[in-house]
Amino acid sequence: MAKVKIPQPLRNLTGGNNEVSLTGSKVGEVLSELEKEYPSIKERLRDDEGKLRRFINIFVNGDDIRHLEGEATPVSDSDEITILPAIAGG
Amino acid sequence: MRFKNLQCRECQRKYPAEAIYVCEYCFGPLEVIYDYENIDISRESISKGPLSLWRYKPLLPVHTDSPVTIGEGLTPLVRAGNLEKELGIKELYIKNDSVNPTFSFKDRVVTVAVSRARELGFDTVACASTGNLACSVAAYGKKAGLKTVVFIPADLEKGKVIGAGIYQPHLVGVKGDYDQVNRLCGELAGTFNWGFVNVNLRPYYAEGSKTLGFEVAEQLGFRAPRQVVVPMASGSLLTKIYKGLKEFEELGIIDEAGTRFFGAQAAGADPIAEAVRKDEDIIRPVKVKTIAKSLAIGNPADGYYAWNVIKKSGGYAASVSDNEIVEGIKLLASTEGIFTETAGGVTVGSLKKLIEAGKIDPDLSVVIYITGNGLKTQEAVEKSVSKIEEIDPSLESFKETCPWAG
Repeated sequence: MAKVKIPQPLRNLTGGNNEVSLTGSKVGEVLSELEKEYPSIKERLRDDEGKLRRFINIFVNGDDIRHLEGEATPVSDSDEITILPAIAGG
Repeated sequence: MRFKNLQCRECQRKYPAEAIYVCEYCFGPLEVIYDYENIDISRESISKGPLSLWRYKPLLPVHTDSPVTIGEGLTPLVRAGNLEKELGIKELYIKNDSVNPTFSFKDRVVTVAVSRARELGFDTVACASTGNLACSVAAYGKKAGLKTVVFIPADLEKGKVIGAGIYQPHLVGVKGDYDQVNRLCGELAGTFNWGFVNVNLRPYYAEGSKTLGFEVAEQLGFRAPRQVVVPMASGSLLTKIYKGLKEFEELGIIDEAGTRFFGAQAAGADPIAEAVRKDEDIIRPVKVKTIAKSLAIGNPADGYYAWNVIKKSGGYAASVSDNEIVEGIKLLASTEGIFTETAGGVTVGSLKKLIEAGKIDPDLSVVIYITGNGLKTQEAVEKSVSKIEEIDPSLESFKETCPWAG
């Protein structure tokens, strides 16, 4: 089960949980599980075409999936997936 | 009330003006919405205002009459005659923002963010920083009497570590690049009830950059420049300078000038410039590699908005190599006597490239924004300074090393 860290703006949809453990061998599969368990999260993460929204960043063990294989990035049980909104510079 | 709401830039949902920074619905960034009908500002009121950026207070998102200030803003706008000749253009000005209280433009955003943090009741302010913001938050946090926590990449330039550490904040060096520091702070902001200036206070913080639009217009005699060159990391500064000029135009303080916006990036961290050149509105995050650490953001939060301003204003964007950055720093110092940090080298290098490429019109006015001080990034130019000529303390010895004297 990969761990998914839920950002604060989405925690009201996960019953306050800031971390959820889910199955799946790729990032996309784990996200589908998340969307199944908490159906209202889907429209937050994805646009009308089902693509991840522009301002959502997903990291596997700290690496942005856009530098990896996107939603096809493989994940194992020990991996940690973090969902975060984009943040301004500094 | 001049402002009472934040609004999502993507889906337009409204939120109360509290410490929230992303739309809960679509994760889009939130922006302060003003009631312009209730805003009383004119050329006259500005001219009579305090000698700091607080002369533009009606257009800043703070209610208090005693903001946290160290005299930021009203930095010089200098006509750059030597550089004009060197580059073959007619009217060039340098907005020298390297002479703010902590020696970068970040004091503009931090004076607003820390004032708002105090107003919202926070006892701790924090930030994720590439360096300049760290210096500023450390200084303004102390000035405000708040606890201060500053996160920086562990390998930052010494000038910035000292420039922040001297104010005695809780200084945290994260092993990783800025994007990783940023990601960590995004998580921390959801854990601690702190005012993270560029996370949960971002809507207020970012507004401070508008003053770089206001001030340049005022200093040009209440007119907008025809072309501007702005360094880009997250893209926020360029977007807000645009907003500042637009607000002045809409309030009748200046005439509409159709200012063209040009973005400057370092070649190893240029996802916005790349999107401009490819003419596609997708900003692809990159792994950063550049000596311009203050611009080393691979995943720019406001990238799309900066791209949009550049495109619709008829501007363009350039990126410059490490070598061109150093040459840019040297060129500015040796022509105009202004010593800037690596980000300024990016701006000067990009100005040169944009002129050579025919993107900038040499007959129309240009303002370039120099946002940070050269003493903070000495490592970058260590090998480029005059060599010391050692002499004996005698006239003969001096004449030997300086044959052209007398």
